[in-house]
Amino acid sequence: MNLGATWAKAWIRNSADVMSEHRIELIDLDREIGDGDHGENMDRGFQAVLAKLDAVPAEAGPGDVLKMVATTLISTVGGAAGPLYGTAFLKAAIAIADKTDLDGAALVTLLTAARDGIVLRGKAESGDKTMVDAWTPAVDAAGAAQAAGADDLAILRAAADAAEAGALATEPLVAHKGRASYLGERAIGHRDPGAQSSALLLRAAADTAAEA
Amino acid sequence: MKKLVNDPKNVVNEAVAGFGAAHADLVRVSTDPIFIVRKDAPVAGKVGIVSGGGSGHEPMHGGFVGPGMLDAAVPGAVFTSPTPDPILAATKAVDGGAGVLHIVKNYTGDVLNFETAADLAAADGVEVRSVLVNDDVAVKDSLYTAGRRGVAGTVLVEKIAGAAADRGDDLESVALVAERVIGQVRSMGVALTPCVVPHAGQPSFTLAEDEIEIGIGIHGEPGRERIKLEPADAIVDRLLGPILDDIPFVAGDKVLLFVNGMGGTPQVELYIVFRRAAEVLAERGIEVTRTLVGNFTTSLEMQGMSITVLKLDDELTTLWDAPVQTAALRWGR
Repeated sequence: MNLGATWAKAWIRNSADVMSEHRIELIDLDREIGDGDHGENMDRGFQAVLAKLDAVPAEAGPGDVLKMVATTLISTVGGAAGPLYGTAFLKAAIAIADKTDLDGAALVTLLTAARDGIVLRGKAESGDKTMVDAWTPAVDAAGAAQAAGADDLAILRAAADAAEAGALATEPLVAHKGRASYLGERAIGHRDPGAQSSALLLRAAADTAAEA
Repeated sequence: MKKLVNDPKNVVNEAVAGFGAAHADLVRVSTDPIFIVRKDAPVAGKVGIVSGGGSGHEPMHGGFVGPGMLDAAVPGAVFTSPTPDPILAATKAVDGGAGVLHIVKNYTGDVLNFETAADLAAADGVEVRSVLVNDDVAVKDSLYTAGRRGVAGTVLVEKIAGAAADRGDDLESVALVAERVIGQVRSMGVALTPCVVPHAGQPSFTLAEDEIEIGIGIHGEPGRERIKLEPADAIVDRLLGPILDDIPFVAGDKVLLFVNGMGGTPQVELYIVFRRAAEVLAERGIEVTRTLVGNFTTSLEMQGMSITVLKLDDELTTLWDAPVQTAALRWGR
């Protein structure tokens, strides 16, 4: 298998579809413990990315694709999610800048850099009920799968599975960052919308690899 | 839910276009990216002041653009922080060579986007200082939250910092004055009804007919506790207690008392609130020397209000009284 710029573009195209499909779900999650704009913002951002995808030069590497995603999300999403996802994609793009094809190690590098970017910008830790609670399990699972010799698809599936479990595991938590932190114990029982959109993105990455 | 909108996606564009047309004597609007600047920006040699945040809080912030207050306002989508691009563009548009102050309400999205814009502006050679307004005493300020939110007290920070810039203070001094206001202003609010974000189409939270939410933020996000509706005076007492105990405000203090409507509460009720708040302050020996009552930091059509108290000294009083000429606040010229 060969995950390069074609995969990266297809991943982003699939992510845009997924964000549109799940727009209402994310709005509803955000309305419960935030301000109800997450689905709208992610959909708007990824539609803007989609509009620019065809203009990415044919010779571009996967890092170039992710860099375009980063700058576009930063300038279109708004809220906290814009800078957070923007920084995630930017750091991921830099981490794989010299690659044309992504092997297992490069995928783990990409995911780790994305997670580190989110932590750098948002200063959240595991258990704060944020997107970090999806990304850190995903990074750990991807690393473990890669160390065990899994192929690219299996690595991305492990990451997606762990991100989904991580998003689900935010439900019983009290939030310590972001707008949900103002709710105290009333945030308990609600899934973090950022963790959920993160899980959707990582599932799209795995599904795209499966199509390849 | 009935609203006077066309396509919900165009709410901000159309509102900003209308604002520009209505107040062409004071402002110019940029449509791509969207921001509002005072008509004569940049003012050479004056510190530029930029604020911004989600739309839906009008007249904040566009209504405060003009001589004596803001040089630019950057409206995001409804209840969503603007992105760094328009903040950067507005920052450059008001840089008259003396640097630019960003006044940011402490909400995670606003903080992250303004931080990113300030980094970009610095890279382009514009000196930027930022101050974070966090006047909302409803939020416990601890390691376990994103910190206190910036709410209606922001209006007072913008007015007073604007006056400091107008009299010729340098960037450092304007920032210090703003920080001083932030240190001495406290607020708390209540919601009687939720509000409906146009593109969401449904209330951002639900309240039963006889329930109110104490400690509400300005985006319809829930607050500290939900209780049964009480008479106005009892609600005022619930808000004022935590405000006055916080700094604390003590007998002999001179203060500005600001009763802010959330958008859907009539003036007649705001004055009932003001009456009780003034009474409580008088009982405590706190002298109300300046006042403001009206809808200045709103949450769309939400019914509710917030109370803000600012401890004044001679300098802050002089800066508050200084001339201002904006769509929403106008006196002295």
